[in-house]
Amino acid sequence: MVSFPSHLVRAVALVACGLVLVVTPAATQDRPAADPARVDALIGAMFQRVSPEWRARTELDPTQRTCTDRRNQVSAAEADAIQARERASVVLPPDGNFLGDWRKGFQVANNGRGFQFSDPAGTVAGGNCYACHQMDPKEVSYGTLGPSLAGYGRDRNYDPELIRDVYIKIFNAQAVVACSNMPRFGSSKVLTIDQIKDVLAYLFDRQSPVNQP
Amino acid sequence: MRGIRALVAAAVTCAGMAGALAQTQDESEREIERYRAMINDPMANPGYLAVDRGEVLWSQARGTKAVSLETCDLGEGPGKLEGAYARLPRYFADADRVMDLEQRLLWCMDKIQGLDTADVVRRRFSGPGRASDMEDLVAFIANKSNGLRIEPQSSHPREREMTAMGEAMFYRRAGVMDFSCATCHAEPGKRIRLQGLPDFSTPGKQAQETMGSWPTYRVSQSALRTMQHRLWDCFRQQRWPEPAYASDGLTALQMFLNVQAAGGEITVPSIKR
Repeated sequence: MVSFPSHLVRAVALVACGLVLVVTPAATQDRPAADPARVDALIGAMFQRVSPEWRARTELDPTQRTCTDRRNQVSAAEADAIQARERASVVLPPDGNFLGDWRKGFQVANNGRGFQFSDPAGTVAGGNCYACHQMDPKEVSYGTLGPSLAGYGRDRNYDPELIRDVYIKIFNAQAVVACSNMPRFGSSKVLTIDQIKDVLAYLFDRQSPVNQP
Repeated sequence: MRGIRALVAAAVTCAGMAGALAQTQDESEREIERYRAMINDPMANPGYLAVDRGEVLWSQARGTKAVSLETCDLGEGPGKLEGAYARLPRYFADADRVMDLEQRLLWCMDKIQGLDTADVVRRRFSGPGRASDMEDLVAFIANKSNGLRIEPQSSHPREREMTAMGEAMFYRRAGVMDFSCATCHAEPGKRIRLQGLPDFSTPGKQAQETMGSWPTYRVSQSALRTMQHRLWDCFRQQRWPEPAYASDGLTALQMFLNVQAAGGEITVPSIKR
């Protein structure tokens, strides 16, 4: 058995890890990665006949570009850059009040319309929270892509310090977790500040069904 | 949807004090499974009406040349239908392109029949009182691969390139909600509302069962739908723009999905919610 100096073993191991990290996102199952310019052309042709406004939605902003290239597995430095950039786009409520009306918040959480090519002009967009999260424990139709939010405020003793953090999370999830699966609702202008306040009330109001047993 | 919710609600009520969250969730999933089993009856599957209409369309003389599609080569030789769907999309030397079944049919309609494909594409998805030649033809031809296994093609470099481009598209995050296909389809056992989501990030059973069961008769839409329609609806829900029908991007995605589903048994048309 030949023995190697330990620092050499560590160095080789580090290089090997580096290779795995670099190779994994780009090519799996022995397939060479596609030429990015060819992918862009393919997507361009797919949406050739849609309006310029719609076509713009298929172009990636810097955050989407990094998350796409890394398949959401970003390095610490990349995560910091994304979070700093996204944090800069967060707008806090001008009146300093984070809680709206929980009844309206339910409507926002339950509404999956908006920004689909099938939506008529002027459609009010919802947050569609129930698509991914459990909220009111009595509602059986909820998704599981995100964590359960049942009892959210109650479980956190309605902590007012937390409400601001949750507002930021909803306004721009990637200001908190880089490459989060959750949409950047406020920064992307899917929801208005008032709608986000209503959703916060749905999560934090003592009367909200979310906080009932 | 209302039907499922009623069933689920009934089940939850029957379970009485359903109590624990996990129990309610298992209950929901069991009831959805029961609903699927109830509708999954091939003898009562209206998708077979589309298969029959497709058979007529295949052998009907149409277009300026007044000939049928029976000399169309879907990859297995002119007019040979058995196993063609199991090996599509694939590279066609005469067109110098990788094509899925819809693209190939449109190519044959144009080249062999001299048919007005603009009209066919206008009727790409059926609706009340409006049949879709494409849905019917795909149902008929895909049905001829029943019992066979999905066999993604990779011998031609263009096929390998399309698969790689499809994979890149699968992970591409864009649109106002930052969604990619992977946002919903890269983890096992996830749901949107009550709808289970197949995981396509790893090859295996979930991809096989999904890709092996399209085209399908959609009960909620009272229509036979093909993978073109499923992907069109995914892009809508992804808040991306409307993808062009039979575009190369959709073919690339299908190539990648079929690679993940390789070896899956084809049983179509199936019947789904």
